[in-house]
Amino acid sequence: MEQSEPLLTPLLTMEGITKTFPGVLALQEAWLKVNYGEVHALIGQNGAGKSTLIKLLTGAYRRDKGTVLFDGKNIDFHSPQQAQAGGVSTIYQEVNLVPLRSVSENIFMGREPRRFGLLNWKLMNGQAAALLARFGIRLDVTQPLHTFNVATQQMVAIARAVSFQSKLVIMDEPTSSLDEREVETLFEVIRQLKSEGVSVIFVSHRLDELYSVCDRVTVMRDGQTVATRTITDVSKLELIALMLGKELGEVRKQGVTAFGKENAHHAEQLLLETHQLRRGQKLRGVDVSVRTGEIVGLAGLLGAGRTETARAIFGADTLESGQIEIAGRTVRFKSPKDAIRAGIGLCSEDRKIEGIIPYMSVRENLTLALLPQLTRYGIVQRKKQQTIVESFIKRLGIKTSGPDQKIRELSGGNQQKVLLARWMCLNPRLLLLDEPTRGIDVGAKGEIQSLIAELAGAGLGVLMISSELEELTEGCDRVVVLRDGQSVAELSKQSENLNQDTIMAAMAQGGDEITVAKEKDGDG
Amino acid sequence: MAKNISQNQVADPQPSDGITVAASPTNLSPTTPDPKLLSVRRTWLPPWVRSLGQTYGAAIALLLILLYNVFFTPYFVTMQTFNINLTQVSTIVIVATGMTLVIATGGIDLSVGALMALGGAAAPIIFLNPPFGNQTFGNVLAFIVPVLIAGAFGLFNGGLITYFKIQPFIATLILFIAGRGIAQVVTNGKLQTFNNDTFEFIGLGQLFGVRFQIILMVVIVLVAAWIMRVSTFGRYVLAVGGNESAARLAGVPVSRVKLIVYAVSGLLSGIAGLIVIAINTSSDANQVGLGMELDAIAAVAVGGTPLTGGRATIIGTLIGALIMQLIRFTLLAHGVPDSIALVIKAAIILIAVYVQRSRRS
Repeated sequence: MEQSEPLLTPLLTMEGITKTFPGVLALQEAWLKVNYGEVHALIGQNGAGKSTLIKLLTGAYRRDKGTVLFDGKNIDFHSPQQAQAGGVSTIYQEVNLVPLRSVSENIFMGREPRRFGLLNWKLMNGQAAALLARFGIRLDVTQPLHTFNVATQQMVAIARAVSFQSKLVIMDEPTSSLDEREVETLFEVIRQLKSEGVSVIFVSHRLDELYSVCDRVTVMRDGQTVATRTITDVSKLELIALMLGKELGEVRKQGVTAFGKENAHHAEQLLLETHQLRRGQKLRGVDVSVRTGEIVGLAGLLGAGRTETARAIFGADTLESGQIEIAGRTVRFKSPKDAIRAGIGLCSEDRKIEGIIPYMSVRENLTLALLPQLTRYGIVQRKKQQTIVESFIKRLGIKTSGPDQKIRELSGGNQQKVLLARWMCLNPRLLLLDEPTRGIDVGAKGEIQSLIAELAGAGLGVLMISSELEELTEGCDRVVVLRDGQSVAELSKQSENLNQDTIMAAMAQGGDEITVAKEKDGDG
Repeated sequence: MAKNISQNQVADPQPSDGITVAASPTNLSPTTPDPKLLSVRRTWLPPWVRSLGQTYGAAIALLLILLYNVFFTPYFVTMQTFNINLTQVSTIVIVATGMTLVIATGGIDLSVGALMALGGAAAPIIFLNPPFGNQTFGNVLAFIVPVLIAGAFGLFNGGLITYFKIQPFIATLILFIAGRGIAQVVTNGKLQTFNNDTFEFIGLGQLFGVRFQIILMVVIVLVAAWIMRVSTFGRYVLAVGGNESAARLAGVPVSRVKLIVYAVSGLLSGIAGLIVIAINTSSDANQVGLGMELDAIAAVAVGGTPLTGGRATIIGTLIGALIMQLIRFTLLAHGVPDSIALVIKAAIILIAVYVQRSRRS
């Protein structure tokens, strides 16, 4: 199954695209080919380089190396505006239009039809209505945009894009905030665009959707393009394997991670149990449980609802419905503070945005959640604080010039250790770890993995979100797989169905069809 | 490519796909950043002068201005000069102390001047019509109630910001506009003059030859600096300003912290309002605290507290206010007209913020 080479010259050919950010190679010799009148999906894990590639195409970033051929011409857009004028329009997840202005004003913003120096409202409204009618949408174009729902606003954004005579429309996760009916309307519009000869690049994390609207799919991983396939020739499972860089049915090395081999944590009392957690489109029924001394993995593709599950348990987001039980008692945390008091800690996925307080010292960062217990008459007991901080620096081997060093000056791995220590010093009974080893160098990664195993060995319950299959299969006693905001499978060492293939199969299909992995080995 | 990296070092753009920059080998150094990378920044100052300027810039500047005056301004080293300068600056310092806390959380308080007018309007109403006809009781209440009123309005600011999620600039703009109006309504727009020695003590009284308001200012600054240094609250303030979502996930009571800083800012504005009307022995809702918000913000900025939040120095704010005051005094003492003094004052703010700018990158 080689790349399906088109007979015609493609509309877009990006080749040898390389881009570095300070210290990070974001894209390495990436490529992308999109045909005329084609709906082309672009998929990949978090950090694969999809957005960077698109931003390089639209001129939001400048490439370091590589060529872009668009409609037979060599191009190098300097800004998204220039790209739009050149026939490439982008529609972002969050509709970036002006909510208080009318639909027609939004469509023609910046190039309103004029007559005698004044706006020609009649012409503008007429053209706007005609544009929308092409997609079978009829609405009062003089109404302000914000009076319509998100899906309609997206249609307006698309109409605006089309009105620029775009040859290529890029849609970055357009369906993430739409319900099923709205998604279907959007697909109708995409099919209409296609029939008019417009090409669409469609970025999405919902694999099912690709099959109903896309012609071909390009998979990216770690800044490189892995493959382009015709969508009808490739199964969801194969796509997931490509995204994760795994071969299906391959015999795998053991001991890739630093999680201990023994894994004899005998799970005892039930610590956490959730029932049908629901919140908007992101959480649509999640059941997960953790026992004392157990590491439970939470697997799923980007956007499957893993982070949202952890945040909901921690009281960081409010639930629409569902139940959370801690040690058999139903709880309803109003804020993280309540969860912390109940003995729960959460290490979030993005250290910079939700973890560290950059300008505060290692000491203050480490003891931030412990402060209420260190406080006497409103004053921090400095000696006690210092002792605790020093003991954790030693115990976790945190490389720092001292407790007074600003945490922003530490490496990612050491920052993560400080954040783990932030919870460990509270003696919690349940830790929620969201990608605890992402973006961390190999050495520190191993240390953190063995630390997690050690904590579980001491009776702590751990719920670990990870995108690395090795971490899930080697580190976890059980793995709950989420898909589109629902828990679809539970795999465990005990029932001997926890391996990389079963996880991938569950990510692709859900619990009923795990056998697929065994039938379809190899990817041709 | 190496050139590219060093230029981008300052901007630190986040690759959109969520690749954390911290993952890179070049950022793994556990100690301070590579000095070679820092020196790329174009500068005409030698590095050691720069780092000194960033850390003690405000204090050094204050020292230089003081030395200049000691040698070149006649009668500078007198008790009178001391009292004049410090009385003129004390209300700014008191208000700027509250402002520092607000700015440390990443906010701003534009209503301080209006809250001074409110406090200043309330006090005479109380002691000119003492409850139960008891003047002593009235005097005591006149110190307490106006300050509490201003504090309550500060709490209102905090409520708009935390519960209604209105940006601090806009939220406090509401009382900036309405506060002075309320003060005028309460006083029927009339100038309230009075003669009340007990009340005037807060502005005109002396202890050990030093004006009471100066002592009050010093006490407030020291208490605030001490609280920021040793208390849990001080750490919460910096955590909220440094990274609000991280602070919330670590269990910091973010809303309460914000409510408190705006309330404190209101309380301190109320105290400053009392001092101003005591000095003038009259209260004019139109005049009290006019333009104070900008003087206070300038003092905070010159003192080295970045407006982005997460870091704060109360002593720096004191120094910042003193610098602004002494510059004005020096220029006036040497016959430079007030109009030109304003331009120079603006230039000082610019220079101060420029010298400290790399601290907030």
